Amino acid sequence: MSAEAWITGIGIVSCLGEGPDAHWQGLMHPQPTADATRFAPYVIHPLAPVEFDKQIPKKGDQRQMEPWQRIGTYAAGLALDSGRLKGTAALLAATDMIVAGGGGERDTEVDAAIMSGLRNAADPDAFINERLMSDLRPTLFLAQLSNLLAGNISIVHGVTGSSRTFMGEEAAGIDATRIALSRIAAGQSKLALVGGAQNAERKDLVLLYEFGGFVLKNEYRPVWSRSATPGFALGSLGAFLVLEERSHAEARGAEPFAKLSLVLSGRTGRDAGAVTDALRRMWEPIAPRLQSGRYAILSGATGVEPATGEERSFLAEHSEAPVRATGSRLGHGMEAQFPMNIALAALAVRHGILFAPCDGSPVERAMEGALAQAVVTGVGHWRGEGMALVEAVD
Amino acid sequence: MVVTGMGIITSLGAGKSENWRRLTAGESGIRAITRFSTEGLKTKVAGTIDFVPAEPFCAPALAERLSEIVIEEAIGEAEIGGAREFPGPLFLAVAPVEMEWPQRKELAAASRTNEAIQYDQLLRLAAEGGFRRYHQRFMFASVGEYLAAKFGTRGSPITLSTACASGASAIQLGFEAIRRGEADAALCVATDGSINPESVVRFSLLSALSTHNEPPEGAAKPFSKNRDGFVMAEGAGALVLESYDAAKARGARILGVVEGCGEMADAFHRTRSSPDGKPIIGSMRNAIADAGLDPDDIDYINAHGTGTPENDKMEYLGVSAVLGERAKQVPISSNKSMIGHTLSAAGAVEAIFTLLTLEHQRIPPTINYKVPDPAIPLDVVPNVARDAPVRHTLSNSFGFGGQNVSLVMSREPA
Repeated sequence: MSAEAWITGIGIVSCLGEGPDAHWQGLMHPQPTADATRFAPYVIHPLAPVEFDKQIPKKGDQRQMEPWQRIGTYAAGLALDSGRLKGTAALLAATDMIVAGGGGERDTEVDAAIMSGLRNAADPDAFINERLMSDLRPTLFLAQLSNLLAGNISIVHGVTGSSRTFMGEEAAGIDATRIALSRIAAGQSKLALVGGAQNAERKDLVLLYEFGGFVLKNEYRPVWSRSATPGFALGSLGAFLVLEERSHAEARGAEPFAKLSLVLSGRTGRDAGAVTDALRRMWEPIAPRLQSGRYAILSGATGVEPATGEERSFLAEHSEAPVRATGSRLGHGMEAQFPMNIALAALAVRHGILFAPCDGSPVERAMEGALAQAVVTGVGHWRGEGMALVEAVD
Repeated sequence: MVVTGMGIITSLGAGKSENWRRLTAGESGIRAITRFSTEGLKTKVAGTIDFVPAEPFCAPALAERLSEIVIEEAIGEAEIGGAREFPGPLFLAVAPVEMEWPQRKELAAASRTNEAIQYDQLLRLAAEGGFRRYHQRFMFASVGEYLAAKFGTRGSPITLSTACASGASAIQLGFEAIRRGEADAALCVATDGSINPESVVRFSLLSALSTHNEPPEGAAKPFSKNRDGFVMAEGAGALVLESYDAAKARGARILGVVEGCGEMADAFHRTRSSPDGKPIIGSMRNAIADAGLDPDDIDYINAHGTGTPENDKMEYLGVSAVLGERAKQVPISSNKSMIGHTLSAAGAVEAIFTLLTLEHQRIPPTINYKVPDPAIPLDVVPNVARDAPVRHTLSNSFGFGGQNVSLVMSREPA
């Protein structure tokens, strides 16, 4: 027997603002959100202004975090508020947390100064040691550790049931969601907080992806219009979901945004055509559940090739479904992208309509009629494939 | 849930037999760091693994190589699956991955500028395409991806970090997946190869490390009054976990049983435990309850036992709350006194040593126990291994960020 899982809390923050309403407005009435100048030639989607004090009241806590942790802790707080869990000690002590974490946010000034000084240092290795010992803030390490987003959520919001951090770019967000759902379905967990966060506004992160040539440069284009200039525009965003076993939610009167029915993940070695095949395989168990004319596909396409082209081939086989690639609007949130798209899918099915096309390409078209189901795809820029089914609660 | 294959590598050597022989002889793998200059560092010792080459050297490259070695040992022992076809998912604990100083030095040299180097120059170098290999190498998913491809594990490989509890979390995730019926077998691996200057500096700046550099083998002093921090170390452990029925059905040799897992996060502080010890206590109690046992059933504890003033004091508080009057009698020892703290790998490395303790009915010692701490009146199996009947064991792993995981293991299926 498999228990039903509801999404009873959503905490999202991005270039569109914070919370379900701001995101819905931003998706219904698109405005430009990309910034091609601040990190030129790299295009990013910066975070909308956020008052971190609202979810992280202690300045001391904020000082212990780098931006990626602040964004995530903030979004997690929004999710707990949304799920009416904030301050409920007994429920928070029973909440199982899975965070899809990046990390490693560097002090780029210190790095730059050491690299510059190295050239004239008599003993370069001793120079590095001395400078690191004297220039690194002692608590910076804690702001870099991947599992310290979860740690900060425990400290700031009191979530203590369990705490796991998955790493591995897009796949981490997909598998965090999958495992959280599997545990609820199997009765191993009643209540879960799952999500991730990314700060795109850091050159050390852009550098990592630019090594592989994955970053969109010079000019913003929507995801489906990048085949000549492939790449993702990193987006600062945080996305957390409260997943809850249905009867647990009903017993405490928690309102569902939607039902999370299925999450699948996979791994391919990315041979030619492998992404298309992986998406086809994951579609198989979902297809029989779909209601004709009442579903849409929320794509996590990045704009990176060949992954996005291969996803497009898959989508072409399902042209009956309207498609939205949210990366065109929010940027690519890496670990947080899949949870974010599940959140946006939940909002859409709760509203009962699909939001506006994210671009003018033929891949995306307006949807006539009511929306009851959304299929979410996640195709990592390098590895990791996933798919989820989000459905309206009857 | 049973274990049918194990592989281990630490600063004591490669493989189960070498490690067990040296561990129960009370030998230390801690030595002076020679991999890089320790000029200007307060801590100059570690449990490095210098006998495994990894090129170009960086933490994920060494971690990957170490995990390959231990997986081969574990799968070889379990005799499970076909070549490059492990019949279950991979759960992998690794340290967070990032570019390191050898690469930054290389980039600085390649920048060909006499002016101050900024990240913008590095970005221009990256855009030229000459460093493509660093993308893959420094992806968090890279080690898991390599291992999943090499050993043919099923599905998406899960890479995880719960800081110093990571190895235990990897076992816990495999345990839960099998319990859910998603798989009959799981490959649970934990690896750490991150002895490099910045890692040492980071822990040093948090005042977490022993500065007892002479002699190196005396640096790790868990439960001693003069303990002054942990000693960083490298290592890896791999366990093949199977459902009892699946292992029996294929006639596998059962090496031990994982009876229960427990967990409780701490909301008190980023690096310190809640002063009442509640999360540590909860973690141990949850594991014992998950195993269907009572605290009275536990007859050995493989301690987290890092040798920091804080950890050992809190672990004593937790153990004495869970075991009550029996706390003074139940032997508890710290493998870290000999192998150091293998960080992300520790939970799995020490689970393997706990299973070997059960197999051999011999408890490895806590070495360097020369000045007992009167505030920690425990039987730490001082300095010399001891033969003793051991049926049910508890292995603790606690980490920064409020991570606490405990495992209960036994020799024979109930």
